[in-house]
Amino acid sequence: MTKKSKSSEGASFLGASGAELFDRILQEEGVEVLFGFPGGMVLPIFDRLYSSPIKFVLSRHEQGAAHMADGYARSTGRTGVVIATSGPGATNIVTGLANAHMDSVPMVAFTGQVRSALIGNDAFQEADITGICRPITKHTCLVKRVEDLGRAMKEAFYIARTGRPGPVLVDIPIDVSTSKLAQEPNLQIALPGYKPRISGHIRQIKLAAEAINASKRPVLYVGGGVIIAGASEALRELAHKGKLPVTTTLMGLGAVDEADPLAMQMLGMHGSATANYAVQDSDCIIAVGARFDDRVTGNTATFAPKAKIIHIDIDPASISKNIKVDIPVVGDAKDSLERIIEFIQPVDRSPWLEQIAQWKKRYPFTYEANGNIKPQEVIDTVAKLTDHDAIVATGVGQHQMWAAQFYKWRKPRQAIISGGLGTMGFGVPAAIGAQFGNPGKTVIDIDGDGSFTMTMVEVITAVRYDQPVKWIVLDNDYLGMVRQWQEMFYGRRYSATPHPCPEFKAIAEGFGARGISIRDRAELADGLNEALRHPGPVVVDVKVEPEENVFPMVPAGKSLHEMELGKLA
Amino acid sequence: MKHIITALVQNQPGVLAHVAGMFAARGFNIDSLVVGRTEDPELSRMTIVVVGDDRVLEQVRKQLEKIIPIVKVRDFMNVSYVERDLMLIRIHATPEKRPEVVELVNLFRGKVVDVAKSSLLVELSGAEEKVEAFIELARPYGIRELARTGIIAMPRGTQSDSRQTDEADE
Ligand SMILES: Cc1ncc(C[n+]2csc(CCOP(=O)(O)OP(=O)(O)O)c2C)c(N)n1
Ligand SMILES: [Mg+2]
Repeated sequence: MTKKSKSSEGASFLGASGAELFDRILQEEGVEVLFGFPGGMVLPIFDRLYSSPIKFVLSRHEQGAAHMADGYARSTGRTGVVIATSGPGATNIVTGLANAHMDSVPMVAFTGQVRSALIGNDAFQEADITGICRPITKHTCLVKRVEDLGRAMKEAFYIARTGRPGPVLVDIPIDVSTSKLAQEPNLQIALPGYKPRISGHIRQIKLAAEAINASKRPVLYVGGGVIIAGASEALRELAHKGKLPVTTTLMGLGAVDEADPLAMQMLGMHGSATANYAVQDSDCIIAVGARFDDRVTGNTATFAPKAKIIHIDIDPASISKNIKVDIPVVGDAKDSLERIIEFIQPVDRSPWLEQIAQWKKRYPFTYEANGNIKPQEVIDTVAKLTDHDAIVATGVGQHQMWAAQFYKWRKPRQAIISGGLGTMGFGVPAAIGAQFGNPGKTVIDIDGDGSFTMTMVEVITAVRYDQPVKWIVLDNDYLGMVRQWQEMFYGRRYSATPHPCPEFKAIAEGFGARGISIRDRAELADGLNEALRHPGPVVVDVKVEPEENVFPMVPAGKSLHEMELGKLA
Repeated sequence: MKHIITALVQNQPGVLAHVAGMFAARGFNIDSLVVGRTEDPELSRMTIVVVGDDRVLEQVRKQLEKIIPIVKVRDFMNVSYVERDLMLIRIHATPEKRPEVVELVNLFRGKVVDVAKSSLLVELSGAEEKVEAFIELARPYGIRELARTGIIAMPRGTQSDSRQTDEADE
């Protein structure tokens, strides 16, 4: 512990200020872009960033910067980085951190803090941000001395990206940024309580394989962990070798190619009837990198009542938290799946696969393309125009569920969706972050008018930095998802859900982006095509049927098979 | 059902708040939480008494393990261990009643640590049941004030080298 290491590049930090150290460690960590917003307590750091090779992206609101870092991370697998000043700057990123935490997104957030000597005195723009963020991050740390800054940063990046990833907050008092290092800092990571590398026990791996081999009606239930672990290929292999039908969670979208005959699309509250029936009928559920969220299970008491439950997850705390697990495998998804595959025997499951094929035929996601433009129709059209290959962010609401149902996802890291926290306003900035991480790729945000309005100011950011994001607003002049609940469960009393919208086209143009309004079915394909071909950022405002509902729907507290099917019933 | 869990934690600001906050946020019920130094100046030990079934205990353990400054978590399920709770108790005792109370204190191997005109301050330690038994017996005299540390615990050594010394299991 007394060993004083220089940076991995061997350069000396002697005499460097905290701000310089900050810049250089970010570079060592391979950070190429930093999202954020300045303020008094980060002035020394921003002064240093002025001449740093790291690209700095100024958002218009710190929440936007945090979601940009998040979108960047989800779409690339790299760690997103955000910086904000103390007090209000710091509290403005709280939603962004909570959001990343719920969805296990690797992120490091830096906040300025008041001078160490003033901490605890209710100084100007002081907030106990480590205290505030402790329950909504993977880790937080307040750096007290410049000697500790480098190590704290290294640990933050290490914790953020390893194990079950998540956001880490590092709070830096201004005097730490300005002080100079009088000795070489110790950059050695010292985390005796953190052991992120776990490999599934061979006994459990074999038990899992045996249970799969013995199963007549297996279902692979796949979550975001598969994408995080880069386990999609292993999953595909397992599914094909074992003839295992696959359903994904919202976070797992893209982990399997939905064009695959074994794919049953999303399960849960607004999942496919096929997936939900299959789960309820299954005799063996193989959960991989998923956590039995209540939006997935419906009533837990009657979830998959006939099934033996295998659960593969890197987070031991996820095992048997909501649903009692029969065969836990605690370990990395890719490693575990690859090892299970070896023990899988080909089994004839044609009756089960036949049943699933019938459900798929009987209960596809569907809509009727008549009357007003249907929101599902817009997504269908976008999906076809982009060959199901774009990176697609969403806001939160009905449009999000329709995007999940109708885009027909093909690849991991393609869906940039706020799952666990369900953060309206996520899509606009997340798409910008994803575009920064994927230059040259088509990045779309399928948004709702409510969600879009919350963060649309970030369109300015995309314009300023030439990020050609396409925002497609499914504009129903309602906070639609809440309205749907009011329609179904509150006697159509639309309390606070009518949401009349401004001219988004004019706003987009005022922000310097291209604006397109679509009011008619006849304009739909051409308008979307025009947007997708435009080289710069575009906001497409599509007025859609205001009272369309999302189906299937498992009412709160009901079992998956008790879903309401809407028009399919 | 009560369970004892101990956690070795790095001495860092905020760890106690983190643990306490986690218990509150996840709705775990705790009976007591004790923090104190250990043989290693960088580490403290928390001893937590949790109320709940086995599943709760398992979740508590795993959630504690997720907290990064927590180095090691141990529960005492199926382990033979020694537990101690330390109490200071001020008992109403007029000079006439004093010998009676002192006798009771001696029976429990407690110690009178302060004597006032109409009260005795008593120090007593032991397993929780012993401490509670004493409290019940002291109650008729009148308890003026009472403070307890909460439980700390340690497993016994391996069966062969472990001898019960001093107080036998109360
Ligand atoms: C920040 C935030 N506030 C409130 C909610 C609750 N909420 C969930 S969906 C929804 C309506 C979303 O409206 P819109 O973005 O227009 O999408 P739509 O459902 O109409 O497609 C609301 C208010 C939320 N998820 N996030
Ligand atoms: Mg809406």
